[in-house]
Amino acid sequence: MSEAGEAAPAVLARALRKSFRRETGETVAALDGVSLAVRPGTLAALVGPDGAGKTTLIRLIAGLMLADTGTLAVLGIDVAADPQAAQDRIGYMPQKFGLYEDLSVQENLDLYADLHGIDTAERAQRYPDLFAMTALGAFKTRLAGRLSGGMKQKLGLACTLIGSPALLLLDEPTVGVDPLSRRELWEIIRHLVDQQHLTVLLSTSYLDEAEHCHDAFVLREGKVLAQGRPAAVSALADGRVFRVMPPPGQAARDLQARLLDDPRVVDAVPEGGRVRLVRAARDDSGRDEQPVSARFEDGFMTLLKERQPAASFAAAAMKLDRPIARDDTMPVIRVHDLVRKFGDFSAVDHVSFEVRPGEIFGLLGPNGAGKTTTFRMLCGLLPATSGTLDVAGFDLRRARASARQRIGYVAQKFALYGQLTVKQNLEFFASAYGLERAAKRQRVAWAIEQFELRPLMHLASGQLPGGFKQRLAMAAALLHEPEILFLDEPTSGADPLARREFWRRITALASQGVTVVVTTHFMEEAEYCDRIAILDGGRILAQGTPAEVRGLAPPSVEREADMEDAFIAVVAQARDRAHAVAGAP
Amino acid sequence: MTSVSRNAALRRVSALVRKEAYQLVRDPSSIAIGVVMPVLLILLFGYALSLDVKAVPVAVVLEDTSPAASELAAGFRLSPYFDAEILTSMPRAEELMLDRRVDGIIRLRSEFSRRLASGDAAVQILVHGSDANRARIIEAYAEGAIGQWADQRSAEGYAAPEGAVTLQSRMWFNEADDSHYFLVPGLIVLIMTLIGAFLTTLVMAREWERGTFEAMFVTPVRSGEILLSKMIPYFVLGIGGLVLCILAAKFLFQVPLRGSVLVLAGVSTLYLLVSLAIGLLVSSATKSQFVSSMVTLVVTFLPAMMLSGFLFDLRSMPDLVRWISYALPARYYVALLQTIFLTGDIWPVIWPNAGMLAGMAAILLAATRAVTRKRLA
Repeated sequence: MSEAGEAAPAVLARALRKSFRRETGETVAALDGVSLAVRPGTLAALVGPDGAGKTTLIRLIAGLMLADTGTLAVLGIDVAADPQAAQDRIGYMPQKFGLYEDLSVQENLDLYADLHGIDTAERAQRYPDLFAMTALGAFKTRLAGRLSGGMKQKLGLACTLIGSPALLLLDEPTVGVDPLSRRELWEIIRHLVDQQHLTVLLSTSYLDEAEHCHDAFVLREGKVLAQGRPAAVSALADGRVFRVMPPPGQAARDLQARLLDDPRVVDAVPEGGRVRLVRAARDDSGRDEQPVSARFEDGFMTLLKERQPAASFAAAAMKLDRPIARDDTMPVIRVHDLVRKFGDFSAVDHVSFEVRPGEIFGLLGPNGAGKTTTFRMLCGLLPATSGTLDVAGFDLRRARASARQRIGYVAQKFALYGQLTVKQNLEFFASAYGLERAAKRQRVAWAIEQFELRPLMHLASGQLPGGFKQRLAMAAALLHEPEILFLDEPTSGADPLARREFWRRITALASQGVTVVVTTHFMEEAEYCDRIAILDGGRILAQGTPAEVRGLAPPSVEREADMEDAFIAVVAQARDRAHAVAGAP
Repeated sequence: MTSVSRNAALRRVSALVRKEAYQLVRDPSSIAIGVVMPVLLILLFGYALSLDVKAVPVAVVLEDTSPAASELAAGFRLSPYFDAEILTSMPRAEELMLDRRVDGIIRLRSEFSRRLASGDAAVQILVHGSDANRARIIEAYAEGAIGQWADQRSAEGYAAPEGAVTLQSRMWFNEADDSHYFLVPGLIVLIMTLIGAFLTTLVMAREWERGTFEAMFVTPVRSGEILLSKMIPYFVLGIGGLVLCILAAKFLFQVPLRGSVLVLAGVSTLYLLVSLAIGLLVSSATKSQFVSSMVTLVVTFLPAMMLSGFLFDLRSMPDLVRWISYALPARYYVALLQTIFLTGDIWPVIWPNAGMLAGMAAILLAATRAVTRKRLA
């Protein structure tokens, strides 16, 4: 690495600033004085939540946008002055992959080969390599629009690699993709860097992915919070990370919630039935706490806590006005043999599960697994093709309206009115749920109080920062005191702090009797759930408690298996079975 | 430009054109706009739109009971063009007109025969003007029927002095409208606008929306090459539409083509370039399929239909609207098409109109070139 460090950087940014004007009129600084250097021949990651400025920075490097101030040299070229010279030598995969969906795999590749001026002889040499690497050889004639998320992402990568770029830019290549495909993609990227000495800069909101890189740049609100070797960030928490077993009868998430409220604790998350915690000082540990080595996320949280010492999750321990009355003997949601077809395609394919009152039930799976479709059917927004659906004691085929009074639904996209203020939105939704006068005033006041929305009450909802939008959406869904809350991908792209706070609220609600059904593609978030189901291709591949599902992972001597290992094992097994059935005489 | 880099540019453009062609064939909405809609328009213009007006319901109000007046009324009743109801009171007739049970009133006042003798008889014709074209036709029919009656009278020996009967015609709700109706020029201008501006703006905005440009921009491709590759396929498709229209004109409408095909192709090329440039300009500015299709509809398609002079006569429009129409390329194209189809290659008409189109094409293409940058914001 030392020689590489002395060569001219592949990307050199000095004090980059870039602001955008929102539709609402105010200016937002996407990049606020960013300086960084990417060493040639290395793998570097831009790490941060949505809105941190990752995409803007990558687009500046790709010459697709101009910075307001600051300088940017890409491969030694001043990219603002001569973007084309840089673009001739860069490979870039945008977040949406940039594929032509009505062109086949081969046609997409040919198009990019022509754009890069790769002649027939070179193609004959390069295509077999690319097909071998991406395992797309069997799908050459398939339209790109018909590929799975993971395959699209590999095709997008192949298209950017065909021109033999000197620098590869990948914008959130792994978001929403199943863990198996993620793992494969990382193998490809590492191979490119190690064997072909390519320089790669990618962005990700998964903190654990930073650990695969030579350098990490942690971005937050347009600023570089930390940079350097990931191990240096992890080291910030060295000696202060422990695992602790909850006392018998207590769920890991309850202990985690209690620890999170402790000012001497920097961070706590449930992990493998225990709680992983980062202490503010080395010698604070309790007696049953087992020390473990620090990882990137631990260091990152330590950094954040240093910047925002006041950040606390205690307020997120919300209180309901009155506990949910419930009958614990009966499941509150019963789904049996549920099928939803769109044309020939089965988005949900014979799915069955039950959710008990007061449970947190997690649906895990990549994009396209059928999570959102299942949700829409459970909320009575989409009729089922076949099967039975029973929610809060109502058959959704007959009593949709009655069932809806008992459930709250937070959609994946922000579904409130951006032009209305926070208070107006809450009042509107209260009225929509049939609350009037005193009841309405009381519930709106409760929501503003419990979700800490008072300072922002008169701000247009569209102008709220991401985490507050999430809070407002949840507040609106709880106005009519539903006994079941559905949350579709609530933490996707969220800041780790916002994710902690969100789960603190969820665990508080569950402890007071609200049944919560949640989808996520963060595997580690399954640890907050009482029971989970793993969905892939519209089918449930495994379900049970997190411990039961973790047990499906192959045993390993190196480390304890986590949820991601289990997911990969389960998906790989199911795909093998499908092959075996297809191959049987 | 060296020959190596020219070859590379040529290869990029042809790859992009090929890609565009695949998408055009595989995308149902492109097929609908580029092929199905033009064919539908031709069939609509050929069969559904009829200019013949028959059996118009009218009220003939006889306030005069003289034989001359009855004779005139009988002429209306027997004509295949009218379905006449004979009344004696004007208020009743007005009622029928307001209910739209009749489209016109022919009124013979009580002094009709007296004034006929003195040589200044008047017949009042009232026409429901809400449909201007139909009103004009009814008015002309009524004038014809009265003229016929007058001719017959003079042939029968009632040698009346010149101008014995004058018509006082008045069109309700829409005074004094007059236009010439040419189907084929209108058809061509609509189809060219549809393919040139509307379809092009959609496919361009789609690339912005789906983020496909984002990936393509970061390759050696130049912005001019992207524009060229968007223009070539839709230009070819537009010329295909023109050929279809010429065939329809010849075999479906039996409209003569008195000018030369070459001149027609030449001016159509100019208009297509203008349409393509508008479509590309709008999509580059808005970057959204919905907004750009709405804008294109309002700035090209609707004006081509209403303000180009093929459906409504520009001479009868208020000055302001007429001035606006001078800014519309469709106006010059319609003037050219009307001349080339119905009169011939009349160069004093062709040069100035073609010149305007060429000027517009040059300005708009330059603007498009300037606006289209490989930039996202």
